[in-house]
Amino acid sequence: MASGLEQPGIAAAADPMVPRPLRIERMRQDTHDTFTMDFAPESEFSFAPGQFNMLYVFGVGEVPISISSDAARKSEFQHTIRVVGAATSALKQMKKGDAVGIRGPFGSSWPVAEAEGHDCLILAGGIGLAPLRPVIYTVLAHRQKYRRVVILYGTRTPEDILYAPELKDWRGKFDLDVHVTVDRGGRDWRGNVGVVTSLISRAAFDPSNAVAMLCGPEVMMRFSLLELQKRGLTAQRMYLSMERNMKCAIGLCGHCQYGPTFVCKDGPVFRLDRIAPIFGKAEV
Amino acid sequence: MIQSLERVIEQHPFFKGLEKAHIQFIVGCAKNVRFAEGEVIFREGDPANEFYFVREGLVAVELMVPHRGFTTVQTVGAGDVLGWSWLLPPYQWRFGARTLEATRALAFDAACLRAKCESDHHLGYELFKRLSSVITERLEATRLQLMDLYGVGA
Repeated sequence: MASGLEQPGIAAAADPMVPRPLRIERMRQDTHDTFTMDFAPESEFSFAPGQFNMLYVFGVGEVPISISSDAARKSEFQHTIRVVGAATSALKQMKKGDAVGIRGPFGSSWPVAEAEGHDCLILAGGIGLAPLRPVIYTVLAHRQKYRRVVILYGTRTPEDILYAPELKDWRGKFDLDVHVTVDRGGRDWRGNVGVVTSLISRAAFDPSNAVAMLCGPEVMMRFSLLELQKRGLTAQRMYLSMERNMKCAIGLCGHCQYGPTFVCKDGPVFRLDRIAPIFGKAEV
Repeated sequence: MIQSLERVIEQHPFFKGLEKAHIQFIVGCAKNVRFAEGEVIFREGDPANEFYFVREGLVAVELMVPHRGFTTVQTVGAGDVLGWSWLLPPYQWRFGARTLEATRALAFDAACLRAKCESDHHLGYELFKRLSSVITERLEATRLQLMDLYGVGA
């Protein structure tokens, strides 16, 4: 199985430090604090699931944002963004036709090819579903290549559920096992209540033949990995997307250094055994 | 019927590794139960005379909150243990439980098991070890819920 550290062989712009201005094609509000932006570049845009772009709001700042659309659709791409700071707030204020500076795609990708022939467990928390959505599209497009596919998704409240209409569609598929849980359910919520880790023991997959891909808050991933280990999954079969303060996105500036790696260049997707000695360490 | 229950209990991860004699005793305290969607399994404050292993369905563990009504604090589904108030005095449910979906479960006679655990400390220790593990998992989950993991800056 591949390490998850390799670059997927997709060429970034000629000078990876120079943003390419692209106009916003569409904007959609997903939840109260999360929105999705569509871009339609003039030339084909290729990326691998799990990769990210640097989005530059001119005069405000630049942020790394995962690509959340279908990698097979090269005529357009999407970013799902949560408002957390100055640059993302500025992005939220933009509208169709406004220009955003884009560099990318950067980083390592999810092991969608390596997962072929295996059970595929996709575990996401909160906005962590966005970087995994391209994996889901790929798996659905080539469903026969995978064995059981399980999606476990946890978020704060029913109102915070990302891509709710798509999740509903996916739940309706007979060959997809989708479980959603919220930390706090209102009176009308008829689904699971509890952290996403509580869904792992109920999920139907073969630990000896499964590949797990996790994205979400680091603490959530830590406890999820422990649950997966309890089920018998080995570190060689678990991949996670890490988040650090990425600036240059090409492994030069060192802002996102994570032990002996750079998250922007060697990650964001890591196979667990490659980072196990430093994962969850307060000093790193 | 008894054979079938024995197989179900034997194969459940919770009981894995228990001696045959203990399994047979536990089978004697167990029965299959079904609840319709929306049915109350037990109410907060009522005597905790049974506990359950959910085999299929979804159950809300809930608390009555003044001015808010019944609030779900957790859901348990297939393979999960429902209830541990039966284990410790005063043997009263601390929370209520209501099905969100039609649910099948194994119900265990708590008084029968408590009495056996008192007289057979080996079985008592094995059951307490297993229940401690469930309680620890629930405690960890509750702590994570309290952290508001998905909040900004979490």
